[in-house]
Amino acid sequence: MNLTLKIWRQKNANDKGKMVDYQVSDISTDMSFLEMLDVLNNELIEKGDSPVAFDHDCREGICGMCSLYINGEAHGPGRKITTCQLHMRMFKDDDTIYIEPFRAKAFPVIKDLVIDRSAFDRVQYAGGFISVNTSGNTQDANSIPISKHAADEAMDAATCIGCGACVATCKNSSAMLFVGAKVSQYALLPQGKVEATDRVLNMIHQMDAEGFGNCTNTGACEIECPKGISLENIARMNREYLKASLKG
Amino acid sequence: MALDSKIPQGPLADKWTKHKNDINLVNPANKRLIDVIIVGTGLAGGSAAATLAELGYNVKAFCFQDSPRRAHSIAAQGGINAAKNYQGDGDSTYRLFYDTVKGGDYRSREANVYRLAEVSSNIIDQCVAQGVPFARDYGGLLDNRSFGGVLVSRTFYAKGQTGQQLLLGAYSAMNRQIGRGKIKMYNRHEMLDVVIVDGKARGIIARNLVTGEIERHSAHAVVLGTGGYGNVFFLSTNAMGSNVTAAWKAHKRGAYFANPCYTQIHPTCIPVSGDHQSKLTLMSESLRNDGRIWVPKHKKDVEAIRSGNLKPTQLAEEDRDYYLERRYPAFGNLVPRDVASRAAKERCDEGYGVNATGEAVYLDFAAAILRYGKEQAHIKGLSEDDEALINKLGKDVVKAKYGNLFQMYEKIADENPYETPMMIYPAVHYTMGGVWVDYNLQTTIPGLYAIGEANFSDHGANRLGASALMQGLADGYFVLPYTIGDYLSHDIRTGTISTDLPEFEEAEKKVTESIAHFINNKGSKSVDYFHRRLGKIMWDKCGMSRNEKDLKVAIEKISALRKEFYKEVLVPGTANEFNEQLAKAGRVADFLELGELFAKDALLREESAGGHFREEYQTPEGEAMRRKEFQFVSAWEYKGEPKDAVLHEEELEYNNIEVKERSYK
Amino acid sequence: MSGILSSSIGRKFAMSISAIFLIVFLLQHFVINILSVFNPTVFNQVSHFMGTFWLVQYILQPILILGVIFHFVMGFILEIKNNKSREIKYVKNNGNANSSWMSRNMIWSGLVILSFMILHFIDFWIPEINTKYIVGDMSGMHNGEFRYYTELVEKFHNPLRVGAYCLAFVFLALHLLHGFNSAFQSIGANNKYTKGINSFSKLYAVGIPLGFIFIALFHHLKQNL
Repeated sequence: MNLTLKIWRQKNANDKGKMVDYQVSDISTDMSFLEMLDVLNNELIEKGDSPVAFDHDCREGICGMCSLYINGEAHGPGRKITTCQLHMRMFKDDDTIYIEPFRAKAFPVIKDLVIDRSAFDRVQYAGGFISVNTSGNTQDANSIPISKHAADEAMDAATCIGCGACVATCKNSSAMLFVGAKVSQYALLPQGKVEATDRVLNMIHQMDAEGFGNCTNTGACEIECPKGISLENIARMNREYLKASLKG
Repeated sequence: MALDSKIPQGPLADKWTKHKNDINLVNPANKRLIDVIIVGTGLAGGSAAATLAELGYNVKAFCFQDSPRRAHSIAAQGGINAAKNYQGDGDSTYRLFYDTVKGGDYRSREANVYRLAEVSSNIIDQCVAQGVPFARDYGGLLDNRSFGGVLVSRTFYAKGQTGQQLLLGAYSAMNRQIGRGKIKMYNRHEMLDVVIVDGKARGIIARNLVTGEIERHSAHAVVLGTGGYGNVFFLSTNAMGSNVTAAWKAHKRGAYFANPCYTQIHPTCIPVSGDHQSKLTLMSESLRNDGRIWVPKHKKDVEAIRSGNLKPTQLAEEDRDYYLERRYPAFGNLVPRDVASRAAKERCDEGYGVNATGEAVYLDFAAAILRYGKEQAHIKGLSEDDEALINKLGKDVVKAKYGNLFQMYEKIADENPYETPMMIYPAVHYTMGGVWVDYNLQTTIPGLYAIGEANFSDHGANRLGASALMQGLADGYFVLPYTIGDYLSHDIRTGTISTDLPEFEEAEKKVTESIAHFINNKGSKSVDYFHRRLGKIMWDKCGMSRNEKDLKVAIEKISALRKEFYKEVLVPGTANEFNEQLAKAGRVADFLELGELFAKDALLREESAGGHFREEYQTPEGEAMRRKEFQFVSAWEYKGEPKDAVLHEEELEYNNIEVKERSYK
Repeated sequence: MSGILSSSIGRKFAMSISAIFLIVFLLQHFVINILSVFNPTVFNQVSHFMGTFWLVQYILQPILILGVIFHFVMGFILEIKNNKSREIKYVKNNGNANSSWMSRNMIWSGLVILSFMILHFIDFWIPEINTKYIVGDMSGMHNGEFRYYTELVEKFHNPLRVGAYCLAFVFLALHLLHGFNSAFQSIGANNKYTKGINSFSKLYAVGIPLGFIFIALFHHLKQNL
């Protein structure tokens, strides 16, 4: 396959940045999208140009490091996959592909397609945990039975990989799917209920302070989420928050 | 220096308890005066950082990723072992200990493994308390599955994302401490050297990967939780960024490197699809609970399948060779990883590989779908003769168990594994070797510790499935936080370590010079070009089977490649910016040294054990042949060049387990 | 409870509550208006009752006005904040791949509805207030009979105005198509009833504006044909 790539290039956080066109040829349909970018970068390096910087690590869709807004969609076309799981068989010969960084005020660009998602970490610092000491002197794991249904639902929420596709794809750059998933995971488990009030208040407070937008329930996040995290988690977070606001 | 493993005296079962009672502690008020650096935030590093901070130490944690949550522990799929015996199937601490030592082909340290088995159940309690959503049964209790090399069900799991959930658990514990200010987190930082002051590890030199700035960080002790070095093979199931640099720099500063040749080649990975391949994807070992591995019995069928004239589903039962079930009737498809991998290689080398490159075997779920379908039909009182119904019900069960793995396979291979068997082939997955540590997890440099996959200790020559997560968390949550106190108790009056010491100066200068070399070296080839070539040498000559001749060739070739690399490598950009190529260049430089030591170690070890298979040493049936005279840990001391490394042997004693031929027949 | 209105979820909650209130009001408004088609007399009587009953005039009407203003003002505040949360826009954005046009353009459908409401206030509400509270005529009578029906019919004479009304109701339908169930999601009601709420909301979102359009066209065609 031969492709035209329109890629966002930006030297550093202070640079203005612009779209630049590149051509790549002889791309195999079995390649992953990132392997296609590897090919481009290798060519750029050997020509003495600067390669396109992008985040990636595990390349199997679990670490959440890769991002990229491809042809107007977070993680590109295809559902329930991250960019590293996107394969070139999704494209046709002579296609033009737009590649941009995930955009949000809370996710500033570091270089080219690399962004700073530490806002997510800071939301987690504010309350994304259960305050239990790691001493190992906790009670036996089976002492509190948890219904399979609740455990499975908590697991579904917990599969969030923190990639930021929800924020990138939301017209308002809202982080509610991400935060909702974490709040839900703990709200569904007896261990998490003890601190539920403080957790949700603190996490939402931090989320707002980071400059994420509001949720308008377009549902785009749920569709673009590589792990299929459900909108129900946002509703649950809303409930938890309203409950907590009335209490606290 | 003689190796002292510092194993406590006394009966095996009492060693850890007694040791904990005997060692020095630091009082809570004094812990505030002590700094600890932790490099790496995977299961081991993350859990250690959280626990040490909770105990009161000032922790500085470093990771090269953009968040601690991205460490590659997150990719572990199958599960975590613990001797809980919830299933009542006869499990016990001793049995987990026994299975692990046997699984490691009698090349691990007895006392360490027993301790690991002992603390394993604490891990599960801890994680549940942290909100890790392990799979549960309908009664609300924790569910278990079975893994290779054992005869009990002791593996706890969270769908196919156990590593992710455990890591997020450790990350959440870290978050709590970061929020309290007890951990200072340095994301996108890479450790490039360890600083030794008066013979003790007192800090690190790190590069800020965003700005390129070289930073000095001091502490009273340094802990490496930096994972394994599987990426020396270029293609592996490791993350792209996984590297040996931190461990290797420590090695160059005096930490011995143990058993580098022990590499786990995982039997069930998605085969290589072409030259562009940048990494390999694992299909969890849990699939072998239900999947049956086979190749055609006859070469003519192999040809037909390769040319596309025959579909695997069309091949009759009697024309298939379920070679694991044939060779190992007792364990069948659930033999340990090294055995399964070698068996796959043996079939493919004989010409029975089923894909175009001849390097793939089938992992088939048809039988499982049928079995589960009938079971469900029976439970629901439906007709057990309705094939379509059975098929559907069976697929539903398989989907519930392995849905995400099947989906992952389909995305990569573009084939539907519910309809046609998966194609799999072994790939580099885990490295049992690593930085040598004593019973306290301290390296040969006082004050420098290594935990998790970065150290060598618990898995011997082969790691059993679901044991890596167990070891990482055991080290981080329950072992290191105690043992490090013994060392730090001597540092309560030391005060803050100054980063202006000449040792910091010297280390920083070395780092800056090496970076300048890469930037100024206007070569013609990218870093990846060399990394791929290194990987090919490693895979061809030091892969699933090794021999003297090839290993000698490998040593020569790697050494020559290293010279070429320093001459010809081209690193674009500057040192003072986000520069992934520069970071990679440093990592590949270290792989090029490690690779040679790896081959040297493999050459020395004239036996076959676990992941190390020497063609010269096999039984007539082609099984690994261990040799008593190699019942030791090879710990290498750095002397300038890998070829000059000096060997130190740590004899391994087995007083509580009978060393036998490891049989899974 | 403090600061709830300054938090993102609190604002969305307030937005939803005002929305649900307006949805209920809209239904009531429709029920009265449709009477004009079937029975002008009853329409007049009900209109007079609503226009003079103290509870409606002094309690419900101010709440309604506050609700309307609140919904609009909060809508703008949220829109501005949302806009600021992405300073550099995408060069290529494929919104249709993952969300409906309605959900992404609530501000535009809302603005059309706002313009309509201004027209509507000029048409009906300001004259009403003028007659009743400035002039002081609370009788509701004109030329010896209730004036409400006649006034209504008069307004639907001009085809331009009728066109504007119809267009506005199309946008109202678009606004409701997303807004109705979105309001329930925002107050945290995503549960086993969600499917039912969604179906009902679609029915409502299309049905009520269609009904209003029908009323407008009915009166327009009746006097012009």
